[in-house]
Amino acid sequence: MRQRYNALSVLWGGLTGQKHWKQVWGRPEPKPHYDVIIIGGGGHGLATAYYLASEHKIRNVAVLEKGWLGGGNAGRNTTIVRSNYMVPGNTEFYEHSLKLWENLSHELNYNVMFSQRAHVNLVFTPSQRDAMARRYNLMRLNGIDGEYWDQDELRRHAPHLNYENGRFPILGAYVQPRAGTARHDAVNWGFARAATALGVDIIQGCEVTGFIHKAGAVVGVETSKGEILADKIGMAVAGHTSVLAHKAGLGKLPIETHKLQAYVSEPLKPIVDQVIVFGGIGHFYISQSDKGGLVFGGDLDKYNSYAQKGNLPVYENVMAACMQILPCVGRVKLLRQWAGVMDMSMDGSPFITKTDIPGLYLNAGWCYGGFKATPGSGHCFAHTIARDAPHEANAGLTLNRYREGRQIDETGHGPVPKLH
Amino acid sequence: MLRIDCPFCGPRDHTEFSYEGDATVEYPALDASEDEWFEAVFLRDNPRGPHSELWHHIQGCRSFLVVQRDTLTHQITGIRLAHQPTAEALK
Repeated sequence: MRQRYNALSVLWGGLTGQKHWKQVWGRPEPKPHYDVIIIGGGGHGLATAYYLASEHKIRNVAVLEKGWLGGGNAGRNTTIVRSNYMVPGNTEFYEHSLKLWENLSHELNYNVMFSQRAHVNLVFTPSQRDAMARRYNLMRLNGIDGEYWDQDELRRHAPHLNYENGRFPILGAYVQPRAGTARHDAVNWGFARAATALGVDIIQGCEVTGFIHKAGAVVGVETSKGEILADKIGMAVAGHTSVLAHKAGLGKLPIETHKLQAYVSEPLKPIVDQVIVFGGIGHFYISQSDKGGLVFGGDLDKYNSYAQKGNLPVYENVMAACMQILPCVGRVKLLRQWAGVMDMSMDGSPFITKTDIPGLYLNAGWCYGGFKATPGSGHCFAHTIARDAPHEANAGLTLNRYREGRQIDETGHGPVPKLH
Repeated sequence: MLRIDCPFCGPRDHTEFSYEGDATVEYPALDASEDEWFEAVFLRDNPRGPHSELWHHIQGCRSFLVVQRDTLTHQITGIRLAHQPTAEALK
């Protein structure tokens, strides 16, 4: 039986030496057969298992994780949550996800520290302002919140930005007030705890090494812990999707694997109250964690790579962009820097879909944007697996769209993954 | 930083180059089927390991190079000019 977390239990625990905490997921050995196996114990995989169990009552589910929970991109991102998308396919999906975020802590009975502190997209030129006006107006037509802050209003909200920069003069900003950040580890742990409470087996240290085929369908996986059979198998291994897809017999996919770096500074008192984005001309985004660290990032390293380590030229670029808009943090020391590898898809948008192989389902192609999608991705993937049909929010996120010429290309860069 | 040994310019930082992706992709004839074009434009092997890829020396001699590089270790094991006649002439 799952222990409920509430204010009373915190108070009681405080008075009784904190001895009330119980283990929230164990180390189960795999059973020989499951109704559904999810490969990948990141945020998306755990969320999928949770929604399979909670919404679709499919509880004989295993999540297989090669390493440990949240050890991949779920623990490496810059924790930004937003839904400021313009193109059909993305619009409804990311807004669906944002709505799930808004109730996630209550739903999971776990504080994911979702903070709707606003996502502030700076504009520097009149033409950029026009392009952003189009995007934010389209968002509003689609029922997504968005507004414009002129320079006076922006100065009130974000007084520390460099408003005297002749080269990059900040004119104002397009803002999504409902966007913000969440605590990435808490999201994984919250989903893992809630899924376990519903009967899901989370099996860590279990690498999928191959697939078991029978009469053209996939009926199980070979793992480092032996063979495990399942009626349905879902892949949620963004970053390494191509590697596993080749093993499954899916062949080539519209994906290149690239790495993206992130950085965190020493803790400071509050200085960046929103998520601030320097886009278009440069590429830089920054927010401040609850511990006070500035969390920020920029461009991809821009060549195919599975190495989870970044290179210095991008590092330098990111710091240069930071100095353009926030020179006041120039003396702040960096605490950590790291990189994650991601599926960069050919149009910059993901896919959550059935595949041509019966029994195999694919959740991939998340590019930069996987973290904010976590609940929406899990919700839609669970629906797709359970009902063999997409949810209305992921109906556009198909794999066939490339063949049919219906790419969801938010930036209009074309089939060049490094540019998305 | 990757060091790419350009046949014309010598060893250079990779920031002088523009990465142009998988070098094994060959565009089909203009009147080829949609399937062939679909595969060439959109589908990639994306290996975790040895990869044959194009780098354009955009801030140097502007040659296209075919570089053999491991996508896991970043070790470069081979570099040649993509333009075969020029490569022959240089021999």
